[in-house]
Amino acid sequence: MRNFFAAAALQLALLAVPIIFPAVPAAAAETMVKIDNFTFTPQRITVKAGTTVTWENEDDIPHNIVSTTQLFKSKVLDTDEYFSFTFTTPGVYEYFCSLHPHMTGTIIVEAATEGVGP
Amino acid sequence: MTSSTNDPNAKNLSRRKVLECMTWAGTGVLWTISGGVPRSLGIIDEAMAQDAGGLTFLQISDSHVGFDKPANPNALGTLEEAINRIKALPVKPSFMIHTGDITHLSKPREFDDANRIISQARLDVHYVPGEHDVIDEEVKLYREHYGRGTKGAGWYSFDANGVHFVGLVNVVDLKAGGLGTLGSAQLEWLENDLKGRTASTPIVVFAHIPLWTVYPEWGWGTDDSARVLAYLKRFGSVTVLNGHIHQVMQKVEGNVAFHCARSTAFPQPAPGAAPSPGPMKVADDKLRTMLGITNVTFRRGQQRLAIIDTPLQS
Repeated sequence: MRNFFAAAALQLALLAVPIIFPAVPAAAAETMVKIDNFTFTPQRITVKAGTTVTWENEDDIPHNIVSTTQLFKSKVLDTDEYFSFTFTTPGVYEYFCSLHPHMTGTIIVEAATEGVGP
Repeated sequence: MTSSTNDPNAKNLSRRKVLECMTWAGTGVLWTISGGVPRSLGIIDEAMAQDAGGLTFLQISDSHVGFDKPANPNALGTLEEAINRIKALPVKPSFMIHTGDITHLSKPREFDDANRIISQARLDVHYVPGEHDVIDEEVKLYREHYGRGTKGAGWYSFDANGVHFVGLVNVVDLKAGGLGTLGSAQLEWLENDLKGRTASTPIVVFAHIPLWTVYPEWGWGTDDSARVLAYLKRFGSVTVLNGHIHQVMQKVEGNVAFHCARSTAFPQPAPGAAPSPGPMKVADDKLRTMLGITNVTFRRGQQRLAIIDTPLQS
């Protein structure tokens, strides 16, 4: 939970950045995926390219986050541990927990609005 | 079940009885706690360990050494209690099997602690890994500790008293959206391992995740277990022992008896009875009634092995 607030605070800070330094791309954002009750929440999420997604394990059982294309793979996260990955390229990214493979999730990455685009 | 199926000498079930079993099996779940003393309800016939001429071995499972969360802050302590129970048995078992999740996080210290406690039973122990034992890259620690003489990710077979034992691994190379997996290399090995054995050889197969579909919504099953059952079909007596679900559950399908053992660390909820299969916190004075060990006896001339589950505290 603490990390979630920290991330939220960081997100607010980043949102403020373009006002102070307009040259910085507005795409730098963060979002959280909670691991709880053997479920990724939200299970399906759409973000802009450049977004850093952070998964935090709130279960009493360890889990990991493994891309089905091997693009990213976390170490096994014990309770309260977290893992982050920055999605730079638009696309659909499927992932799962390789310890409990019935746990699956999807990150949909859209082109950043101010970005160069595909 | 009807009482006649309790008869240990009823080698061949009538068609009607088989149908009754199938009807029962269709309900999926059998709870075996009666009057606070969990037992097998006669589906898998009971026998006294004292009976002469048999083979008795012990199963423990899911010791999760290193687990310290509210469901059981001292998983090493309850493992030690289980081992003390085994040491106090009136008849010493021939050996022990451990059906995986020896450790919680595959840490060197956890493996060392587990070995220190389990070795106090002074029994040979045959292990298969659970998903918690293969967390480190390349499964180095599990292989170092238990991999000698095994194939692939740790599968093997051995014989004792005319019974053929097969330890299988269904916790590696799992696929997104799937269940436990054995993989084609292991299945090929198993087919060859069973080839040439007479149909009258009693077979005991053990693996961590159930080799029957208990509850796929929670991943409690093995994707390619149907092939295992196909290879086992011709044998007259097959017993499948699993762990992973931290509760006693059993069913009989034809000549195959399936059994899941309790954990020595923490209980998990009945299928669908909670939002997730995570550790179940129960009242402190209840915990030891939901942890335990499993005693298995094979007697020559009987189709089914006698399986008795004993809680740490009744």
